[in-house]
Amino acid sequence: MLDLLERALVLALHIPDGFLSASVSALFWVLTLVCVTFAVRRTNKVLDDRQVPLMGVMAACIFAAQMLNFPVAGGTSGHVLGGALAAIVLGPAAGILVMTCVVALQALLFQDGGIVVMGANIFNMGVLTTLLGGAVFAGLLRLIGRQSKGLVIAGFAAAWVSVMAAAALTALQLIASGTAQPQVVLGAMLGVHSLIGVGEGLITAAALSFLLATRPDVLPAAVTDVLSGNARPVAKGQVLIGGLAIAALLLLLAPFASAAPDGLERVALDLGFIDGGRGPGAASPAGVLSDYTVPGLAGGISTILAGLVGVLIVVALGYGLAILLRRRSAARSNRSVPSSR
Amino acid sequence: MTIMAAEPTTEHVYERQAISVHLRDTSFAYPDGREALHGINLTIGAGEKVALVGPNGAGKSTLLLHLNGVLGALDGHVSIAGTPVTRATLRQIRALVGLVFQDPDDQLFSPTVFDDVAFGPLHMGLPEAEVRQRVAHALAQVGMSGYESRMPHHMSLGQRKRVAVATVLSMAPAVLALDEPSAGLDPRARRGLIELLQTLPQTLLVSTHDLRMVVEVFPRTIILAEGRVAHDGPTDQILANAALLAEHGLELV
Amino acid sequence: MAQQILERYIDGASSIHALDARVKLVLAVTTIVCASLLPAGSWLALLALTALVWATIIASSVGLLLILRRALVALPFLAVVVTIVFSVPGQPVFTVPLGFVTLTATDAGLLRFFTIVWKSWVSVQVALILTATTHFFDILRALGALHLPKIMVALLSFMYRYLFVLADEAQQLLRARDCRSAALDGRGGGSVWWRAKVTGQLVGTLFLRAFERSERIYVAMLARGYTGELRSLNARPLHPSDLRFGLGGALVLVLITLQAFLG
Repeated sequence: MLDLLERALVLALHIPDGFLSASVSALFWVLTLVCVTFAVRRTNKVLDDRQVPLMGVMAACIFAAQMLNFPVAGGTSGHVLGGALAAIVLGPAAGILVMTCVVALQALLFQDGGIVVMGANIFNMGVLTTLLGGAVFAGLLRLIGRQSKGLVIAGFAAAWVSVMAAAALTALQLIASGTAQPQVVLGAMLGVHSLIGVGEGLITAAALSFLLATRPDVLPAAVTDVLSGNARPVAKGQVLIGGLAIAALLLLLAPFASAAPDGLERVALDLGFIDGGRGPGAASPAGVLSDYTVPGLAGGISTILAGLVGVLIVVALGYGLAILLRRRSAARSNRSVPSSR
Repeated sequence: MTIMAAEPTTEHVYERQAISVHLRDTSFAYPDGREALHGINLTIGAGEKVALVGPNGAGKSTLLLHLNGVLGALDGHVSIAGTPVTRATLRQIRALVGLVFQDPDDQLFSPTVFDDVAFGPLHMGLPEAEVRQRVAHALAQVGMSGYESRMPHHMSLGQRKRVAVATVLSMAPAVLALDEPSAGLDPRARRGLIELLQTLPQTLLVSTHDLRMVVEVFPRTIILAEGRVAHDGPTDQILANAALLAEHGLELV
Repeated sequence: MAQQILERYIDGASSIHALDARVKLVLAVTTIVCASLLPAGSWLALLALTALVWATIIASSVGLLLILRRALVALPFLAVVVTIVFSVPGQPVFTVPLGFVTLTATDAGLLRFFTIVWKSWVSVQVALILTATTHFFDILRALGALHLPKIMVALLSFMYRYLFVLADEAQQLLRARDCRSAALDGRGGGSVWWRAKVTGQLVGTLFLRAFERSERIYVAMLARGYTGELRSLNARPLHPSDLRFGLGGALVLVLITLQAFLG
C-alpha cells in the first residue's frame, strides 16, 4: 500500500527545488499569481457559498483520485492528474483553484515538487492543464458533441493535450534554467507523456461518461446542453481560440519530432555547440526569452520554442479571460438541496 | 455582520427551556419531485426528550433539517421557541437549534477539534474570549476536554460523534436534533453516548433505529411512515404494542 | 488507514516543534530561496546551509536518518538533469561509451550538476523538517497570518481535512476492484483500454461521493450559522523570543548567500 501511494505521488511533472533558475521561478510565480488572483476574484464574484466546501472537497478528491491507478505494461501504472477533468466538471476558475490547492499541498506536505519552484509547478499542472484542457474540451464538444461519442472524444483529447502541454512547458522551464540538455529533455518529456497522456485521456473520458450516465446534473449545464442539442451555435471566437490552442500544440510537437532522433548523436559529436553564450559555471539566471530566444539553444529551434512558450501562455491567458468573463451568469442551479439562507 | 447582542450565553440555556418545537401542516418535496413530508403536525414541549423512529426513507432526516430552516419553505409553518422559521429569523433559529448529522465526517469539517467547536460561536459573531470559553465548556460537557488540537481523522468514531455534539452545544442551543447518533458505535461508545444524552438539559429530538436506546432515554416516541406521523405517544405504550411495531417494521432487538 | 501514510507530522517536544509556525515557515522559505540563488560551485555556502539544516533536524529530535530517507523523493528528477554533465562545454573529464555514440563529461557540466543536486537535496530537507515539526493546520494558520487569501486558506484546510476521508474511500474502491479482479492462468484480466475504463469509473464514483459529501458539509455549515463569510480567530502576536530567533536566522542565511557572491 505504501508503494501504491509512492508511485502515485512520484510524478514526472513535479519539479523539485533547485532545478529551476531564480529568474524562471520568479517569472512563473508572477504568471501564477496573476491567474490565481483572477480565479479567486472570479469565484468570489459568483458568490455561491457552497463553492467553498465543494472546491475544498474536490481538491481532496483529485488528490485521492491520483491514487487510483491501473497497470499499463512492464510494471508501470497509469493514473489521472486531473487538471482537465477538474476544468471540465468545475469550470476554469474553480478548476484553477482546486488544482492550485492540489499542487500546493503536494509540495507543502509531501515534498512532491518544491517550494520556490511552486509557481512553475502550479502554472504547469494547475493553470495550463485546466485552461487548455477546458478550451480543447469545449471546442471539440461544440464541433462533435451531438455524436454519441462526442463526450468521450473531447474528454480524451482535452486530457491528452493538457498533459502534453504541461510536459512541454516543464521541459522548456528546465531548458531555460540551463538545468537540462534541450533536445534530450524535450524528447524524453514529450515521449513519456504522450503515453501518460493516453492514460489520462482514457480515465478522464471514462469518468466523464460515467458521470453522464449516473448523475448528469453534476456536469455543467454547458456540457449537457451541447450533448442534448440545446446549445447555441458555435461562436467564431471560440473556434478560433480552440484552433489556436491545437495549432500551438502541433507546433510544439514539430520540433520534438525533428530534433529527437538526432539529439543524442549531436550531443556526443559536437559538444559545445550549445550554450556558447555563457561561460562554464556561470550562475544560470539568464534572461528568459530575451530577444525571443531561449538561452542555451541554437538559433532556429530556440526561436521556435520561445515563440511557442509565448503562444501557449497567450492562448491560455486569453482563453481564461474570455471564459471567466463570459461564464458570469452560467449559474449551476441543478442541485439537490435548495439554498435557503 | 450583525452581532446578536441579545444572544444568550451558556448560563441562559435553562431559561430558554420554556419553549417548544412546533410544526404545523408541514409538507416538503425535493426538487427532483420526491415527496418527503406530508402535512406533519407536531408539538414538542420544553425539555422533552423525543425519539423519531421509522424505516429509512420515512422522512426522519428531512424533518430534522426543517427544524433550523436548512430545508423547507421558510413560511412560518415551523416555529422554535415561539419564533417562526422565516428568512428573517434564520440566524436566530440556527443558534436555537443544534443539528447533529449522522456521519461525523460531514459534521466535523475543520482541521482541528477546536476550530470545529468554535465554528458556530464564531459565526454567531461572539467575541474571542466568549468563543474560547464556550468551546471549553462544550468539550467538557461531552467529556472531550484536552482534545482541542486533535485532528478528527486521529479519533475513533465514538469520539468524533461526541465532538460532533459539542460543535452544536457550543452554540448554546435550546433544541438538539440528532440524526442516528448511535449508528455504527461499538457497545462501549454507545453506552457513553446514552449517558451523555441523559445528562443534556436541552429539548431532544433524535432519529434512530436503536429502540433499546429509546427505552432508556426517551419517554416519548414518534413513528414516521412515508412522510406522515403514524403514531405519537409514550414510549412504553408503543413498545408494548406488538401489532404497531410489526406494522412499521420495528424490532426491539 | 490512509492516515498512517499521509500524516507527515512527527510528534515531539523540542524547541523546533515549539517555535512559532510563522517563523518556521518564513525561515524555511528563506533558506530555500537562498539555496536557489547560489551560483554553481558555491560549496562553502552549501556546506554552511547543510550544517544549519542538519543542526535543526538534530535539535528537533525527529531523526536525521528518517529525513534523509524521505529526502529521496526528488531522486527521479536527477535523470533529467544528468544530461547537462555532457552538454555544458568545458574540459573533458571522462567519457561514457554508449555503443555507437560516446558521451563526454566536462568539468563545467559536473560542477553545475553537483550544485543542482546539492541545492535540491538541502531544499527538500528544509521542507521535510518544516512539515515534520509543524502541524499542517499551523502552517495553514501561518499562511493566513501572512495574508494568503482567505478562500485559499479555507480550500486548503477543507482539502487537508478530507484528504484522509477520500484517500480511505479511494483505497476501499481499489480493494473492491482487486477483490473482483480474478485472472485465469494465461489470461490477463482484460485489455489496457478496459482497465483504464474501469479506473475511470472508479474516479467518477469517487468524484460523485466527494460531490455529495460537499453538499452534506455545506448543509452542516449552514446549520451552524455559515452565511458565505469565513471567520477565524485573530492570530496571536508573535512572541519576542520567536521573533528574535526568526530575525537572527534570516540574517545568518543572508550572510551565507552574500558570502557565496562576494567570496
